Amino acid sequence: MAKTLYDKLWDAHLIKQRDDGSALIYIDRHIIHEVTSPQAFEGLRLAGREPWRLDTNIATPDHNVPTTVKERASGVAGIEDLVSRIQVTTLDDNCDEFGILEYAINDKRQGIVHVIGPESGACLPGMTVVCGDSHTATNGAVGALAYGIGTSEVEHVLATQCLVSKKMNNMLVKINGELSEGVTAKDVILAIIGEIGTAGGSGYAIEFGGQVIRDMSMEGRMTVCNMAIEAGARAGMVAVDQTTIDYVKGRPFAPTGNKWTQAVAAWQELHSDEAAEFDHVVELDGASIEPQVSWGTSPEMVVPVSGQVPDPATVSDPVKKEGIERALDYMGLKAGQAIQDIALDKVFIGSCTNSRIEDMRAAAQVVRGRKKAESIALAMVVPGSGLVKAQAEGEGLDKIFTDAGFEWREPGCSMCLAMNADKLGNGEHCASTSNRNFESRQGYGGRTHLVSPAMAAAAAIAGYFVDVREFTGDTS
Amino acid sequence: MKSFTAHKGLVAPMDRANVDTDMIIPKQFLKSIKRTGFGKNLFDESRYLDEGLPDQSCEGRSLNPDFPLNLARYQGASVLLARENFGCGSSREHAPWALDDYGFRSVIAASFADIFYNNCFKNGLLPVVLEPARMDQLFKEMYATQGYELAVDLHDQSVTTPGGDVFSFEVDEFRRQCLLEGLDDIDLTLQHADEIRAFEEQYKSHAPWVFGTIKGG
Repeated sequence: MAKTLYDKLWDAHLIKQRDDGSALIYIDRHIIHEVTSPQAFEGLRLAGREPWRLDTNIATPDHNVPTTVKERASGVAGIEDLVSRIQVTTLDDNCDEFGILEYAINDKRQGIVHVIGPESGACLPGMTVVCGDSHTATNGAVGALAYGIGTSEVEHVLATQCLVSKKMNNMLVKINGELSEGVTAKDVILAIIGEIGTAGGSGYAIEFGGQVIRDMSMEGRMTVCNMAIEAGARAGMVAVDQTTIDYVKGRPFAPTGNKWTQAVAAWQELHSDEAAEFDHVVELDGASIEPQVSWGTSPEMVVPVSGQVPDPATVSDPVKKEGIERALDYMGLKAGQAIQDIALDKVFIGSCTNSRIEDMRAAAQVVRGRKKAESIALAMVVPGSGLVKAQAEGEGLDKIFTDAGFEWREPGCSMCLAMNADKLGNGEHCASTSNRNFESRQGYGGRTHLVSPAMAAAAAIAGYFVDVREFTGDTS
Repeated sequence: MKSFTAHKGLVAPMDRANVDTDMIIPKQFLKSIKRTGFGKNLFDESRYLDEGLPDQSCEGRSLNPDFPLNLARYQGASVLLARENFGCGSSREHAPWALDDYGFRSVIAASFADIFYNNCFKNGLLPVVLEPARMDQLFKEMYATQGYELAVDLHDQSVTTPGGDVFSFEVDEFRRQCLLEGLDDIDLTLQHADEIRAFEEQYKSHAPWVFGTIKGG
């Protein structure tokens, strides 16, 4: 029978299917960070259990780590926030005690969990990958079944190398044709979420396909898969092709020699069969996608940069209408206001969505030879890992940013969720390349607008949103 | 694991769609390395008028007088009524921990986000999905009736209103059994240890690159 990519990944890891619909699924890779793991390790200790396998786990602190050079200089001991320091120390201690590989705070391989997974080759095509973080679907870009889990399941995977799951339904999101110049992977996924809504993918594993995805770099595919959860889907994935194989080759944990040849042969099968049937198919025309900007407090509240903030008076569904009114009030915006009239205070370029080398390059290309607008209090660039940082510095990108008045930071989750010192002030508007515009996500009372790295960079230069495709700015 | 068989309790509303996990428990409280003590910060930003800090006592903080959980009539609530896509956002299990710690035993909504839904079952908190029209009825009755209580029965898979309406709901049989009996998931899975090992051996023979590359620290 014809299978989807998800069917194939599921079947290859199925240990036991029960009559009640639940199944025991084998997990190949488990990535651990400091926020969702302490209670899981504590659970192991209390039950006197050991990890099932050690060669499956990689840990790194990312959510709490400071990003200023000064605060990072003396490692964990230098973390000024005591509660954060305890959490990062606890991860170090747990990894030591249980014998788990950790890229600690100032290891050059440290970074955001979802950046280091593919970057290190720890997450490979055909694998099942889990992490106590909802953006784990990022790893699905390499043709893996990757999804976020809670702390109880972190403990379950540590103890058994398995999860009890129920198979999800299959959804195909197909982006046809080509993107226009200046439109990026971030705009594609924001447009998809705008189309299907934040619950549109609930209960589904989404495969992203179509010419636009085939033409996309691995970094772009990771950006798209990363935000599957903002469309309601735990897992997002892309079929393996030559782009995937070229990306994986030579990574530290990728196979070599005969094993590489054998692996590549197996990975060639990691695509949906021609005749495979999906429970739901959504198609979008790539050429019709414009650069996107979110205006509200849910990722589905998104419009093209040329658009306006919606008017709740035109909406009949009372729950939806109330949601729009509430979002307008929180965001301090008026119905019908043009996106390009929103005054901005800060710019954040980073997060597991957009902190890879390609994102750094896209932002730097816009910034090169220009200056940050006076009205922007802070424009910060936070690379996704120590290796991304080193590569960017090797290409001179850090210099481009700092010359323009941007801050170039140490790797971590940073202002995506503001668990460290990087925060928005009350009422501040931020052009952010992160993934969630929830109330207070980036700081108490902060107002987030989700955009691509190029759009964020252009906004930092102009001081307000501009269509990056028409952006000229002052290059003096 | 904490069990859930049946519960009857006072109902409180969270009457908006897409209540996200940042709203349920803001990130600053995720720095705790414990599983308990999150109840006082449940819905922190809606509930209080100031910004909450980790390890801060909530006594003396100004309450938002408009937030339902601060109203006298909802004190002691143990059943939460919600709308579509409740619990969307992050995978933080701190969200069900906070609801449980506050005293909620069940959340009834038109739909839930997948990860949150799954996390609830691990913590003896029963998420119940009812059709939007039935949710409308429950909200309406609750607003109209002081001391409105609902009876949620996992054994019968039913929600019973004070007026005697009985609404049935669906739940996976495996999750239902685990919750009814308070079974430890890990113990259950480890009963299949031999099958897991056999799977690994066979898997290793055709995908050897999956094993042995990462060395423990």
